Amino acid sequence: MISTALTDLWYGFGVALEPHNVMWCFVGVLIGNMVGVLPGMGPLATISILLPLTFGIKPVGAILMLAGVFYGAQYGGAICSILLNLPCHPPHAVTCLDGFPLTKQGRGGAALGVTVISSFVGASWGITEMIFLSPILVKVALEFGPAEICSLMLLGLLAGSTLARGSPLKGVAMTLLGLLIGIIGSDIDTGSPRFTFGIPNLYDGVEIVALALGLFGIAEFMKSVNQINVVETKYTKVRLSDLKPTRDELRRSWPAMFRGTLVGSLCSLIPGTGPTIASFIAYATEKKISKTPEKFGTGMIEGVASPEAATHSSVQGDFIPTMSLGIPGDAVMALILGALLIQGIIPGPQLIREHPDIFWGLVASFWIGNIMLVLLNVPMIGIWVKLLAIPYKYLYPSALFFACIGVYSANNDMFQVGETVVIGLVGYILLLLDFHPAPILLGFVLGPRFEENFRRAMLISRGDILVFLKHPISLAFISVSVLLIVMQVYLRLRKPKMLADEKALDAAIDKVAPAEP
Amino acid sequence: MFAEQLKKRDFYAGGLIVLLGVAVALNAYNNYNLGSLTQMGPGMFPMMLGIALTFVGLLILGTALVTEHDPAETILPEQREWRGWACILAGPLLFIFLGQYLGMAAGTFGCVFVSALGDRTATVKSSAILAAIVTVFGCLLFAYVLKLAFPIFKWGY
Repeated sequence: MISTALTDLWYGFGVALEPHNVMWCFVGVLIGNMVGVLPGMGPLATISILLPLTFGIKPVGAILMLAGVFYGAQYGGAICSILLNLPCHPPHAVTCLDGFPLTKQGRGGAALGVTVISSFVGASWGITEMIFLSPILVKVALEFGPAEICSLMLLGLLAGSTLARGSPLKGVAMTLLGLLIGIIGSDIDTGSPRFTFGIPNLYDGVEIVALALGLFGIAEFMKSVNQINVVETKYTKVRLSDLKPTRDELRRSWPAMFRGTLVGSLCSLIPGTGPTIASFIAYATEKKISKTPEKFGTGMIEGVASPEAATHSSVQGDFIPTMSLGIPGDAVMALILGALLIQGIIPGPQLIREHPDIFWGLVASFWIGNIMLVLLNVPMIGIWVKLLAIPYKYLYPSALFFACIGVYSANNDMFQVGETVVIGLVGYILLLLDFHPAPILLGFVLGPRFEENFRRAMLISRGDILVFLKHPISLAFISVSVLLIVMQVYLRLRKPKMLADEKALDAAIDKVAPAEP
Repeated sequence: MFAEQLKKRDFYAGGLIVLLGVAVALNAYNNYNLGSLTQMGPGMFPMMLGIALTFVGLLILGTALVTEHDPAETILPEQREWRGWACILAGPLLFIFLGQYLGMAAGTFGCVFVSALGDRTATVKSSAILAAIVTVFGCLLFAYVLKLAFPIFKWGY
């Protein structure tokens, strides 16, 4: 088992080290790192803009690049938090608490140095997990029939919408809305158009790029316009030599890093609890077991090392259910899955066997990309810091143009740009009503496959809806789903304090980046 | 009593979802073939979704009705950026019209110029400079490097 995994990994390195793949990976992490630093831009909007541009390149290169944007942005986001006290990216919001005080004490460079090390440690663990866990998951999942796949998707959708941030009920509503948007277009069996309002441009369905850029581009810009102040760049002079942590700081960071990594990898296994929740849990754990909990918030290096390691181990771990089962845990993963679909690759347990180059190439590229990021971040820290000063008023109009032309280039169709504007307006109204748009994308991507498998399961069982409870594996998934709902109801009725904490956390994150998961 | 309810955000949130759910379920029932459970027609799945949406919407509405109204809760944000919102929506619309009739350069300029005006501190001059820079850069990148099928200049449809 271990030896086959290692042989496959070796093969993956062969794929990932092909010159053009190395190039795409580099482009991805570079752009990711850049948007991570820029206040007000997130990986979701960036991946959506880049998505149509990847239609022309080979599937492996496209996926390596888009994935690179995602984990590259995590490296950049930390710079923003530590040096500016600006939590532009929710997973790094908690890093501000101790990172910025360190900056004020003149130890910002060291905090960044520790961040780079923790990120690498966390990411490495996440990748290792993916190497050994995915083949096992696939082995189990290959036995699944339509009923099992259906129940598993139901569980994934439910977890993705209830465990993510915000009200669980509203999350479910958004998932259903996403499933509904996925229905627009021609029916798979009969070919008759559904919910197209007689518009021929909608017969092929809503374009995923238009949906993503409407929700995470236009709606997001409407939310942030005039809300992001010019940043204070007083503390942002960091040179290469400042990055070196002292011996004592390093000694205190190591255990925190490993604890954070563990928390992150546990969180990544539960769909819906992405890097943001992982980093908050890691910080809380660190504070709880510390001998001096009162010092947290005044510049404890552990408070930087642990959440950063958790974020990165969770970011890499998020790829496990996406790549091995075809069930994305959050909106970014849904987009990556969408990219696979556009390239004509059907995600699911058969992916590793049918496209080993994509799977193992991706895994190997994670390591290559993370090493690139360490190399990019250490000597070039001065350049990244300069990017922090770009004002939002120049950023969003340019991003809006990239969004327009990105949507247009997907099908050379102006209609879809209009589609994006409408979705953006609706998305902003949903934001005002306190709905989180991330589950929409989840439902949208899984919708067609969910319906197809549901219909097939019904056909095989001759219309017996109880088939989902008759197959033992399917029954297990349904039971866990029911358990999830019961747990949510119980928490809401019996533990109002936990609920209040959660609400406060949500409000804190909402201030900075409402749409990002 | 009822006026109090009208101030709650979740009142509208739940109401919207219920309306959507009912509309979808009715539409699916009336316009599409439902089929049977064994042989599902195109209308069955949407109708199930519509019913589920209605149910979830009613739950949101119900929670809104029983929770106390928080006076600090507003539906529109404190600062209403009507100008910003209008400019951000107008930018892409201009991109569509100018792009369709005059080509990529005009579309890009119009989009960036108008949306940049949405910022409170922006002036006509600063927006025009930004728009010019993005136009030059964007046209070079998309027309020459990425070879997008979108003429830089044209006249008419």
